[in-house]
Amino acid sequence: MRLTQGTFSYLPNLTQGQIGKQVQYALDHNWPISIEYTDDPHPRNSYWEMCGLPMFDVRDAVAILADIKQAVADHPNAYVKVNAYDARLGRQTTAMSFIVGRPADEPGFRLDRTTGEDRQIKYSLHAYATDEPVGKRYR
Amino acid sequence: MITETATNGKKNNRLEAGVTPYAEMGYWQPDYEPKETDVLCAFRITPQPGVDAVEAAAAVAGESSTATWTVVWTDRLTAYEHYQARAYRVEPVVGNPEQFIAYIAYDIDLFEEGSIANLTSSIIGNVFGFKALKALRLEDMRIPVAYVKTFQGPPHGIVMEREYLNKFGRPLLGATVKPKLGLSAKNYGRVVYEALRGGLDFTKDDENINSQPFMRWRDRYLFCMEAVNRAEAASGEIKGHYLNVTAADMESIYERAEFAKELGSVIIMIDLTIGFTAMQSISKWARKNGTILHLHRAGHGTYTRQKSHGVSFRVLAKWCRLLGVDHIHAGTVVGKLEGDPNTTKGFYDILREDFIPANPMHGVFFDQHWCSLAPVMPVASGGIHAGQMHQLLDLLGEDVVLQFGGGTIGHPDGIAQGAEANRIALEAMVLARNEGRDFVNEGPQILEEAAKHSKALANALGIWKDISFNYASTDMPDVIATPSF
Repeated sequence: MRLTQGTFSYLPNLTQGQIGKQVQYALDHNWPISIEYTDDPHPRNSYWEMCGLPMFDVRDAVAILADIKQAVADHPNAYVKVNAYDARLGRQTTAMSFIVGRPADEPGFRLDRTTGEDRQIKYSLHAYATDEPVGKRYR
Repeated sequence: MITETATNGKKNNRLEAGVTPYAEMGYWQPDYEPKETDVLCAFRITPQPGVDAVEAAAAVAGESSTATWTVVWTDRLTAYEHYQARAYRVEPVVGNPEQFIAYIAYDIDLFEEGSIANLTSSIIGNVFGFKALKALRLEDMRIPVAYVKTFQGPPHGIVMEREYLNKFGRPLLGATVKPKLGLSAKNYGRVVYEALRGGLDFTKDDENINSQPFMRWRDRYLFCMEAVNRAEAASGEIKGHYLNVTAADMESIYERAEFAKELGSVIIMIDLTIGFTAMQSISKWARKNGTILHLHRAGHGTYTRQKSHGVSFRVLAKWCRLLGVDHIHAGTVVGKLEGDPNTTKGFYDILREDFIPANPMHGVFFDQHWCSLAPVMPVASGGIHAGQMHQLLDLLGEDVVLQFGGGTIGHPDGIAQGAEANRIALEAMVLARNEGRDFVNEGPQILEEAAKHSKALANALGIWKDISFNYASTDMPDVIATPSF
């Protein structure tokens, strides 16, 4: 199963060259880049771990690309995403978000059902990987 | 207390019994400087033959504020000048000698705070059937900030919706379940599941899917939410189905909305046909209960489409942003439904921007400040397909839901493949745009390149790439620039 969060997950994995162009697009709009990773890919996991602070003052796409490459190398058993942030009044939210690193094997999610009265079913999404403790997943 | 005017050379006593021309009763004030707190309207008027344009404009001002057809002595019990609307400018429409644009100012005291029902009853309540006019159209309305601030607007708005859904940097994708009528609840849920697992973010009930004999609402909700949850598990993404809660009475609307919430739906839907008051009520409910609110503008074409008579959609869009919906259908330009590109740009700006300057090319007559009122996500739906992705991204931008109904469900290989084709086309186009490519001109080539990795997209392009709907629009801006201020 391929996790399809992020903007470009339906395309073949982005090359370094393609990632670099997206980073440049963000810099051209004054959107600082941040890198995050997780081994808990539940779609409502809002808080992936931050690889340092957002790079507010880095204007060099090459340097940022090196950081992205390093983050992916540091977290081979996790999902890594690149975000761009738009701090303008009226936005003040994420402008871009796309996955740049993913585990070799993605077992996906189990759907748990609890049947109730009146044919109602309560659903709950469970990532198979989260059966293991943090740091021991996707190995 | 006596108002005297001399527009036609004779003097009249404003309060003398009998019938006095509206223009002489204070409804025509060419020297009037609109106040910042006034509601301003631009009406397109077509007077009956022989009726003077100024008198017609004054009549509109009168009939949409204090006047009746004759002088009433009870006016003398009021400070009536305060409540009289004022026509303050009348301009001919170049190229159409029958028509004029009449600008009318209304004091803010004419309107109940936070009530679109009252605003509309005042402005469009009576005057559209007035015999002295052949036709009348409300083209635009400047809502003063003082009145804007009596509304809370969309329950969530674009930013909150994106954070809620965890989807950034691209248009959202949807599809309306087809056929509209006749599917059983279980079959209906199948369409939802296939479309969502294939790659769409949303599926949608159609406007006329409420609770008919072939499929009752409760059964539909149960199967649709199973489909939504299955698709979330298959993709690891948040998915939604617009559960239409439109019903005959408010109690039933609340009952359906509560059940949708209990089942964990992120979004519910209403039709414009439920009326402004019901829309505003369910908007409050949606804010309180954390569900996104989608509006289908069912029926609007009966009064928005014709350029000579009715209410422009740009005015309806303002009312809907004030009363508070998160999504509204606003046109596609390239699809099967009405939509001149410039006029549609004006609609999208009104829904998404915080300040919209007057722009005659877009049909926008007044500056409009929203003062941080949350923006509304426009929805483009009706006869669009993956082969138009470059045009859609260029014309409609990023904060939009692109809805491909037939363009998903009609895919020859299946619904999931139709959805996948749309998603890949979208992601490839956003990637190309961000890379700085001339994606509008290179669009077909970008899609062909993306189709090398996707048989679903290749097949979609194969059947739909030459489909287009090129008809002249009925609702376009006047050819020449209309002055603004």
